[in-house]
This record gives sequence, structure tokens and C-alpha cells, in this order.
Amino acid sequence: MKRFMKFQGFVRKLGVGVRNHVAVFCTVGCSAYVARKIVETNPRARAVIHHQGCCHVPPEIAYVEKILINLALNPNIHSALFVSLGCEGVSAEKVADAVSRYKEAEVVRVLDDGTSGAISRGSRIIEAMLREAERVKREEFELSEIKLAIKCGGSDFTSGIISNPVAGKVADMIVEGGGTVIFGETTEVIGAEHVLADRAINEEVARKVYRVVEEMERRIIATGFDMRGGQPTPGNIRGGITTIEEKSVGAICKVGSTKLVDVVEYGELVKQRGLIFMDSPGREPEVLTGFAAGGAQITLFTTGLGVPQGYPVMPVVKVSGNPETCKRLHEHIDVDLSKVFYGEESIDVAARRVLNEILEVASGKPTKAELLGYDETVEIYVKGPVI
Amino acid sequence: MSAMVIDERDNVAVALSNIKRGDKILVGIGEKFMDIVAKSDIPLGHKMAIVRIPKGGEVVKYGAVIGRAMVDIEPGEHVHIHNVESLRGRGDLAKRVK
Repeated sequence: MKRFMKFQGFVRKLGVGVRNHVAVFCTVGCSAYVARKIVETNPRARAVIHHQGCCHVPPEIAYVEKILINLALNPNIHSALFVSLGCEGVSAEKVADAVSRYKEAEVVRVLDDGTSGAISRGSRIIEAMLREAERVKREEFELSEIKLAIKCGGSDFTSGIISNPVAGKVADMIVEGGGTVIFGETTEVIGAEHVLADRAINEEVARKVYRVVEEMERRIIATGFDMRGGQPTPGNIRGGITTIEEKSVGAICKVGSTKLVDVVEYGELVKQRGLIFMDSPGREPEVLTGFAAGGAQITLFTTGLGVPQGYPVMPVVKVSGNPETCKRLHEHIDVDLSKVFYGEESIDVAARRVLNEILEVASGKPTKAELLGYDETVEIYVKGPVI
Repeated sequence: MSAMVIDERDNVAVALSNIKRGDKILVGIGEKFMDIVAKSDIPLGHKMAIVRIPKGGEVVKYGAVIGRAMVDIEPGEHVHIHNVESLRGRGDLAKRVK
């Protein structure tokens, strides 16, 4: 059992990586084309493409810089290249400087070298980085070094009774083993905030839970609309989920039963161990980016409908308790929980199977999304106006 | 068993197969069972009322309030967006109050 609870990862100055990626970031949406083209010259690198970075109010520019820095510091990334347009609000230098204290980070600028010049210069830089990355070898680590994010997406009626309870047991095993579990999706705490607040380690954390949920609900109410159709989504509604409260109560069991240690801001580097709530929306590109910036090595993703999203620098492990989905969309599902649905396997046994898969993925086994190359689900969550 | 009640405080059950109107449904509640005749078609995974829920009454699933009945709902009826509204994130209600 003890040996089974270990994994083979890459030691970094910050945490332990489960992948050894060279990542190419655009610092602004306008340089995305060049970042993508650079990666095309050497597909072993990973493109991290978002659409923010310019024409925000100044505090939000600083915030996007912070998210880019934290993302690049994710332990799955060996070294990072930032592709700047050259006129954007975000400072590529500032971002690369902050990252270079922990790992190699370079900048290319499209307005300096021209498009083709920036592509060829970027290509030479990542080639050197990939060579350097080859020298780092995997070493053995304990379960306590795992920082797992948990999310549910494409939920249906099986999420609340099968895959989320299984994820909850996995969360408990990791936290009890000394590791960290991060969850987000503030919208899906609406109607279940009392469940989390009751488990907070102190009054202050309980107050934070109510505060972030209230802020999210206030922004929704300010639109003047009923959010149904936005949340729950049309897919959720077809799957039998009627209201956000129903979705929330079904979703919250995925975080297990340990104490809630803290509530952190979106994309904040998570330094504490134990169960952590990251304030974030439920939409996949934004929440996965928040988790990766928080330092999560892997996301455990429960789904009823069988949605396929992965992330370029963080393996996403999909589990489903819907037998029809597992059969029809097996190319999206890493762990089939149909046996739990049919009463042939207990939640506990299934959870051990999922934890085993997570540790195998941590040691290098590719996820279904990695095999498909389904990895463009990236966006930075901004709350302010684009101006 | 073709429907199950998740928490004994619930007033709805979850359909475990595609239920047709008029079907006699065996509903599991923990170790016990009850019979209900379906008053509407209920797709797999959707909810069915197991008791009468009056207009304005709370709909309870997982032992928690998940919304409010917009009309009287009879046992055996499909419970979904046509007869249940959410109590949260309702910008439309806030607008009406203004």
C-alpha cells in the first residue's frame, strides 16, 4: 500500500512537477498567432494561449501579469518563453524576470523581429530549452507532494450520486496523506455555502466563503436576469438538473469531508496544505487556468456528459459514473465508474482506483485528453471591462 | 427499482430509467420501497415528485432545498424547469422589485 502511494515526479524550486514541459505563452491575445507558430516548429513544446493582457484598467493589468507569472511557475513547466507583441499593457519583461528567479524564462517580441523573425528566434529558444529539459529525470515522491485540483463539468444526474462522491473520497485520501486539494467554481457553491462554511477551520475562513459567494451572486443579480440557462447550462438541464442549488449541492460532495483550510483568490499560488477553495467561475478555460496558476499538478475532472477538455501544461483526469457516456465517449474518459452506478463497486473501492490512476498519470501515463491533444482550454478570468 | 430517493428528507426521486406516463414505479428509499404511478414521462436522471408539493412549496433533494414549486405538483409528476424555479441568482426578480 505504501509503495502504491508514491509517484515519480520532477523536482523544481517550487514544488514537484508531474510533467516536464517547455511552455510558450502569449502575453497578450494579439501575439497568440506567433506563439502557436513557434510551437508548430517543435510540437514537444506546449502553447498556452489566452486572450487577455491589454486594455484593462491598471490594477487588472497587474493582475493578468500575476496570473501569467504563477502559471509559468507551475511545477509541470521546466522553462517558459513569453511571446509579446511589444505594445501591450502587460510587461513581458516583468513577467519573465519574476519567473526567471525559479526557472529559465525568455521573451521574444513580434514588433522587434517581425512575425517570421520572432517565429524563428522563438523556435531556436525552445529547441535549446527542450534539450535542457531532457537532462532532468524523474524521482520518487510521497503522496504528500500531490497538489490536486478537482472540478466537475458537463454534469448530469450521475455526477451528484456517483463521480462527485468518488472524487470526495479521493480528496480525503490526498488530504489525509498530507497533500493538497484545490477546488473552485464559486457559482456552484451558491446554495451550498453553509456546507463549506460549517467545515471551515475558523470563523475567518467561514466568512470568506460567504463573502466570495455573495460577490458572485451580486454580479449575477446585477445583470437583471435569471441565470438559469447560463447556470445550470442547457446540457445540465437536459441531464436532469433543474436549478443552481441542485447543481451546487450535487457538486459540493466532490471536495470530500476534511476541514476547509483557506479560501484563496483566483490564480493565487497555493502555499498551504489541505483543502483549499479558489474563488473562480465554473467555466472550464478560466477555472483550469486558475488551478494551474495555483500550482495544481493534475486536475481530477468528474463529468456525466463526458466532456473532453484538457489543459496544455496540466494533465486532466476525466472520470464518469454515467455508463452510457463511458461506453460512447470512452476516448474522453480516463476512469469508468459504471460499476458504481450498477451497484457492483463501492464508492471507496472506486476512489482507490481513481487515486491509483492519478498517481500513474503523475508518474507519466498520458491522459485521454493528452493523447487526443485536446489542450486549448485556456483563459484568464478578468472581472473588469475591456477598454 | 426504477427510481431512487437520495435522502429520506427528499420529496423527489431520481429516475433510474426512462419512465413512461402510466408506468408503475418502484421507488427505493434507503432500505424501503414505495409504489408510484408516473403521471408524466420522466427521462433517465430526471426527478419525479413522491408526495404532493403545493405551489410555493420547497423542492428537497440531497436533503437540501433546491428550489420552489411554481404550480401544485402531484406525486408521480415530472419535476423540472417547467414547474420549479430557483431561489438564487435571480436578477429577474430583483429587477421586478425595482
